[in-house]
Amino acid sequence: MAAAACGGSDSPTTASTGGASSAPAAASVKVGLAYDIGGRGDGSFNDAAAAGLDKAVSELKVDKKELEATQGETDAQKEERLRLLASGGFNPVIAVGFAYSAAVTKVAAEFPDIKFAIVDDGAKGANITNLLFAEEQGSFLVGVAAALKSQKGNVGFVGGVDVPLIHKFEAGFVAGAKAAKPDIKIQKKYLTQPPDFSGFGDPAKGKTAAQGMFDAGADVVYQAAGGSGAGVFEAAKAAGGMAIGVDSDQAALPAYADDKDVIITSMLKKVDVAVFDFLKNFAAGTVKAGPAIYDLKAGGVDYSTTGGKIDDIKSKIDEYKQKIISGEITVPSS
Amino acid sequence: MSTFLDRLFGRVKLGGWLAVVAPLLAVVFAVLITSGVLLVAGKPPLDAFTALAHYVVQPSGAVLIINFATQYYISALAVAIGFRMNLFNIGVDGQYRLAAVVAAGVGGAALLPGVLNIILVMVVAVLVAALWAAIAGLLKVTRGVSEVISTIMLNAIATGIGSWLVIRYLGVRSGNELATKEIPPDSRVPGLSVIPGTSAQVTGFIVLAAIFGVAYYVLLNRTRFGFDLRATGRSESAAVASGVNVKRMVVTTMVLSGAIAGFAGMPELLGGSYKYGTNFPTGLGFTGIAIALLGRNNPVGMAIGALVWSFLDNSKNSLQLVDISPEIVQIMQGTIVLSVIVAYELVHRYAQAAKQRRVSRELAVPSQPEGAAA
Repeated sequence: MAAAACGGSDSPTTASTGGASSAPAAASVKVGLAYDIGGRGDGSFNDAAAAGLDKAVSELKVDKKELEATQGETDAQKEERLRLLASGGFNPVIAVGFAYSAAVTKVAAEFPDIKFAIVDDGAKGANITNLLFAEEQGSFLVGVAAALKSQKGNVGFVGGVDVPLIHKFEAGFVAGAKAAKPDIKIQKKYLTQPPDFSGFGDPAKGKTAAQGMFDAGADVVYQAAGGSGAGVFEAAKAAGGMAIGVDSDQAALPAYADDKDVIITSMLKKVDVAVFDFLKNFAAGTVKAGPAIYDLKAGGVDYSTTGGKIDDIKSKIDEYKQKIISGEITVPSS
Repeated sequence: MSTFLDRLFGRVKLGGWLAVVAPLLAVVFAVLITSGVLLVAGKPPLDAFTALAHYVVQPSGAVLIINFATQYYISALAVAIGFRMNLFNIGVDGQYRLAAVVAAGVGGAALLPGVLNIILVMVVAVLVAALWAAIAGLLKVTRGVSEVISTIMLNAIATGIGSWLVIRYLGVRSGNELATKEIPPDSRVPGLSVIPGTSAQVTGFIVLAAIFGVAYYVLLNRTRFGFDLRATGRSESAAVASGVNVKRMVVTTMVLSGAIAGFAGMPELLGGSYKYGTNFPTGLGFTGIAIALLGRNNPVGMAIGALVWSFLDNSKNSLQLVDISPEIVQIMQGTIVLSVIVAYELVHRYAQAAKQRRVSRELAVPSQPEGAAA
């Protein structure tokens, strides 16, 4: 293992100690990125990370290698993926998703000369940067939008997998909807229970759940369900209802071109910004270990207005946004 | 004459050199079809096979492959026991997961010290999985419910109960992870450092898996119970006529299959992550079905099948390093199962046809000299 660690350190970790002449340093930066289930092309969380990486490739001229997770993996398999990147001369290594928590902690300790970043998790290590988001704040804003747009006073939340992270989305959404309309009815449903993570990649499950909510009187449904979200959009279209996207600006994505009429807004979680920032800092030699928090104030979360469906209530949403930024409203995260 | 199912589940054996031809033919089929798919996808097949070969010789990769194969093998044995008597235990998946949740809860509570705790965890796992499987067995003999349907439904229920237990009672939150309490260090099954060049260890459960493999062979081929089981599988009416209590056989076999299934999650629980959390392996039961088919319910065949399957599963990363989509692995796995089934069926048919020709020749030949003598 020690030999492998030495092999890994051949790549230019000098970026963090040497001169900040970013152009030549960046030219030899090889980024290894490990996706969560769904990988590039999930039209949601992973794609946001991919967008950040693509931006770094074109602007910072870094090289990239992307690996993807599959269903039902254990920690050992995730470790092996990160180890393969670290020992293959990739530095920095970015792990997308909290599922890599234990794996990144262990592998980062094996490769002290390599910088690691993990999205959505607080894994601790001297060479681990945590890219964290205030999902509850962004969800609060789309909760306000849902409540104001709902004519039936009945909205829904579809979570991909019943894990603590997705509870943050739910908590923010519920708080936002209730702030805008205290007597609103909110339906909630999680598609799968861990360790079954298919709820993040199964549109059929999303469709069934959302259909049930529309049948039970909802007219706006917010989904935080990764690749399953496509099914929620389909159900909204079939039921003549409205849907709210997540992570990326989904109304603007070609993957959802058929459904963009029902997507009134999306909760933006700018994983792309976080990934790009991290790579930029790496190239400049200013990477810091520990948490980097992307909240509403830092522009790390937001809501989208593509399609102009919420232009009429935008001023009201922005009022709440200011109150959250100023600290007047504290959004619950669980 | 044998039926297709008899041949599929290895109840009819191929003799002599044909037993070698069938698996070779399967490998040739699988390689050809996979190469075809790679070519269509615009990737050179040689690159893919080189990447695969490169991965297997890396020490840490080899350890991972062996450790996963161990889990797969135990699961395949559980499935195979049922297959040998035409019982389709699709519920191995639910059985091992429910067993693992309860056992993780008990183990994490550390009621007993050291090795005693390990034994307690395994006993709990076996009991839970066996009881869960028994439900399907009892439903079949008392109400005539197909075990295929009931075990699939029980899988869904097991998932629900498992999550409920973790969320309500057993789970401890740390960061984004919700998992049972870790099993204390003195109650963990140590790994074996048998592969040089890596700090990764081969799971200690490989010993248990090997013992199970031998026990499976002895039970089926050297005991009265095994004879009854195979007889029931071949012909239920003949088994009844010879005094086998088929109903009792169904329940016993289901319980036995479940008991082995209970061990499938143990390498991860006692020798891997020491807890049941969000990254606990899922789908081992379904992998077990594929491997039982691949190994034709033969203890050695299934061991080879488990290694091949695990090798493909874990080489996805190296394929991606040469820009080949990991989905190609699923195509390979499916192709291999189909190739094995098709290849064996072809060889069996060839063997049957050859036998018929021989018999008709033997019948034809002696009649002439007799006729000549008369």
